[in-house]
Order: sequence, then C-alpha cells, then structure tokens
Amino acid sequence: MSPRRETVRVGAGAGYAGDRWEPALELVEKGNIDYLVFECLAERTIAREALTRLHNPELGYNPGLVERMRAVLPECLRRGVRIVTNMGAANPLAAARRIRQEAADLGINDVPCAVVLGDDVADTLRRHPELTLLETGDPLETILGRMEAANAYLGADAVAAALASGAPVVVTGRVADPSLFVGPMLYELGWDYDDYAVLASGTVAGHLLECAGQVTGGYFADPGKKNVPDPHRLGFPFADVTRGGAVVLGKPDGSGGRIDRMTCTEQLLYEMHDPTAYITPDCVLDVSDVDFVAEGPDRIRVEGARARKRTPSYKVSVGYRDGYIGEGQMSYGGPNAAARARLAGEIVRERLKLRGFAYAEMRIDYIGMSSLHGAAELRHEPYEVRLRVAARTQDRKAAEAVGGEVETLYTNGPAGGAGDFKAVREILAVQSVLLPRERVITSVALEAAP
Amino acid sequence: MTLRVYDIAHGRAGDKGNTANVSAIAYDEKGWEILRRLLTPERVMEAFAHLARGPVRRYELPRLHALNFVVENALGGGVTTTLSQDFHGKSLSSLLLAIELPEDEVASIQR
Repeated sequence: MSPRRETVRVGAGAGYAGDRWEPALELVEKGNIDYLVFECLAERTIAREALTRLHNPELGYNPGLVERMRAVLPECLRRGVRIVTNMGAANPLAAARRIRQEAADLGINDVPCAVVLGDDVADTLRRHPELTLLETGDPLETILGRMEAANAYLGADAVAAALASGAPVVVTGRVADPSLFVGPMLYELGWDYDDYAVLASGTVAGHLLECAGQVTGGYFADPGKKNVPDPHRLGFPFADVTRGGAVVLGKPDGSGGRIDRMTCTEQLLYEMHDPTAYITPDCVLDVSDVDFVAEGPDRIRVEGARARKRTPSYKVSVGYRDGYIGEGQMSYGGPNAAARARLAGEIVRERLKLRGFAYAEMRIDYIGMSSLHGAAELRHEPYEVRLRVAARTQDRKAAEAVGGEVETLYTNGPAGGAGDFKAVREILAVQSVLLPRERVITSVALEAAP
Repeated sequence: MTLRVYDIAHGRAGDKGNTANVSAIAYDEKGWEILRRLLTPERVMEAFAHLARGPVRRYELPRLHALNFVVENALGGGVTTTLSQDFHGKSLSSLLLAIELPEDEVASIQR
C-alpha cells in the first residue's frame, strides 16, 4: 500500500465500556490527534449484547454508545479527527444507524459510518462442532446448544479496509484490542503484512494504548510509594507512529496523571503471558527486548519490539449460558464481629443443605479478611467484617436461595447483622476456539445517505 | 528487617481465561538483582498455593528490570464463572508484592 502520510497520531478514548468520557474530548481538543479509538468490548460483552439483540433487533450495540458519541462527535467532525470503535458489539450495523441518528439530532446531517462485518461466526461454528475448546480441550459440541454468540478477533486489515471508505466513523464488533489502533496506522502509513518490524511497533503501541488511562498513571497510584498527580483528571494517551515504525507515547499537555518508564512497564506486561509470543491477528509480538526512553516531559519512546508472521487462524470467543450465581452479603461490627460472621456463614451453609439445594461450587468470604486473597485463618480480625456467600448452580431457584438465606439472618441469625444485599445473575461463560483464516470473511458496509 | 517484594518492586495483574499474570518490576538495579535471584516461581507458587493450582511460569525482561509470572488455574474458572469478588484476579498483584524474601539470602546478595 502507498503511504498517505509520514506520521499518524492515534489517541485512546476509552479503556472499557463505562470509562470516563472527558479525557477523550480533551484528546480531541488539546491532543492534536488524527484518530480517536474507543476500545469498549470486554470478553463476554458481545454475548450479553447478542441477548439484547434477540429482544430488539435494533439494539445489541454498547449501551453507552450514544452518550459517548454525543460528547465527542461534533468536535471530531469539526477538526477532522476520525473515530474508530468496537462499540458495535453484537450489532455494528444498528450502532452505525444510531450514530447517524444522533448526529442528525445534533443538527449534523449525513455522517457516513463504515461498518466492519464478518466477526460474527456463530453460523460457521454451528457447522463445525468438532472444533476443540482451548480452555477445556472438550469439543465445541458440548456447549453448542447453549451458545449465544461466537466472534472472531479480527485484525487491523479489517479496520484499514473500512477506513479506506473515507467515512469519518468506523464501527466494528469484535476486533483484537491492539488491532483497533493498528488499523489507522496500516491505512495511513501504508504498512504491509510482510513488514514485521513496523507491525511490531504498531502492535506494541496498540497494546499500550488499549486500556487508555492504565498507561498514563491510572491503576498505578500507591500513596507515598507511587504518586500520581491529579488522578481525578487523568489524561488519556496517544501514540505518534511514523512510517518507519518509530513510536512515541504522550498525553495532552496540562492533563493529570503521568506517563513514564514505570507506568509503561506495568501496562506492557498487563495481560501478557510469554513476552516473546503475544499473539494478535496481525503478528506474533515479542516484547522481551522492549525499553522505554524518556523524550521529554510526558513523552516516552518505545524501542525494541519485534514480531513474527501472524498465525494462520483467528481466535474466536464463544459465549454460552452456564447456569446462575446467587449471592448474599451481611455485615457484622464491633466485639467478636469475625466470630459472628463465621457463625452466620455456617448457618447459611446448613440452611441451604437442609432445604435440599445442591451447588456446583460454594464460597464463603469474610470481606475485610479473606474475600480477595483467601486464607481467613491467617488474617487479623478487623473491626468490621462483611459476610459474603456466593454459589454457582444450573438451578435458578437454588441461586435465589443463597441471597434469601443470608437475608433471613436478620431475624434468625447471629446478633447485630446489618446491611443485607442479595443478587442473582445468569452466567455467560466464555471459551475459545481457533478458526482457520479462510473461514472468516470480512467486509465493509457503508451507512450513508443514498 | 524482613524484605517484602513490595519494598523493592511494583507490579500489576491481568487475566486471560483462568490464567493470571502478575508482574514484578524492580525500582532499581539492586532491587532487580534481589528480585531476579530470590523471587523464584516456586516461591510465587507457594504464596498462591491456597488460591491457584498452578503451575507458575516465570519470564524475565532484563532491560526493564521486570519479571512476569504466569499463574495457571488461578481464577476460579475465569472471569465469567468465578465466585470470587475479584473476577479478574486484579488484586493478585498485591498478594505477590506481599511475599517476604528470606533475610539471610537478601543479606548475602547485598553484601
């Protein structure tokens, strides 16, 4: 491909679906960015949205889509900043129509939206029950009857193809997180898939950007040890990437937070297993020799990323129904609080047994002692302890009974129980399969005035 | 005085399915030497034994003075099915940083 420019600046507008939205606007207004990327799809989000789409075929995109677009779209259009987002979730076409509607409501007519299609491979998977689930080694067949969604993690090429339409907004379903960012680089800088050096640069940049604030001092502060200036107005990051693959990360001048070797190193290893083999649809990235060099205040050069050729398959996330989790909580405080919480937990366990409910797994936590790292017997007894009982079962009634029995502790349990909470949620579990590339056909649809 | 990993390093935890990864990044050269020699996968497995079945793999990134630990079977079946309050195992970085290193071995490195 021939390059359209020498350098592109790509900003990260969100690290997850519910993220703050002001930092994205700050990137547009003060960050001088060319692209604003919103990565908003957690592992199971698409399966959840597929269920929504079943009830209403015009829904199934990220519920925060409209609010986020309202916040940034007018300024992006005014400045020529193009938007790339996976907020299309299980219904990117409907998302594009909704964005166009929202633009019209704001008085902006005909905002073309390019839609990446092809990640939804549920029909393909139904024809291949013999595929192996990566997590358990079982055949796909064992969960096929409960499957709600199956989406391939598409690569940057699918995003670049959509950008070639010229539309100011690109909406996708499942695309690998770093690839959402590599898409604009591929398109603008004219990169090819046999140039592993530049793909490595782009992918490491995408990986560092994908959680937005997590590289600019978010998820980092430890008071007195690792301080972060003005964390309440953390700036979101951008990357300057050149045609030759040089990468410099930064954040808007005057924004809160920090970006340096420490924040970058933490984020580099976030969700990373073997640092020599981080697999994305675009390449197999090797960060074992990466280094971060300060170029100036809040400017960090990323060096030393390498990559190998992409693998012959796409990873596919399969979302399926897998029973229910029931939960109940109750607090105890003051003298002997931990002992009362323990007694309360035992009562709930016995009550559920007595009523004949069975669970695949049950867990009793003492929040304040053992809910995060377990080993209650090793922990000091705090002034307040919150009992938490959670259990998993295929039977909705059994799940409801968990919170119900915790609630009855009010009038039947140990002294001084307070602050009841109960909940039941349906489990949308996720496993993965690999699908050969040739079985995934991507395309671009343009939503625009006729 | 007992040295904790926390005193010489910082880190972050992430998840993929039922596997957790936790980094430990030394603040300085001296801390890196201690980390590299004493924070073995066996020591990490021991600290996680009541939560995770393992195994634990350790990767080194010498340029960044960082270790990356991958802990298998650590997240109660993974983010979507776990009964843990910490779905993603994000607090596991603090469990790793709380590991205490043996005083005599630390002293022999510092000597």
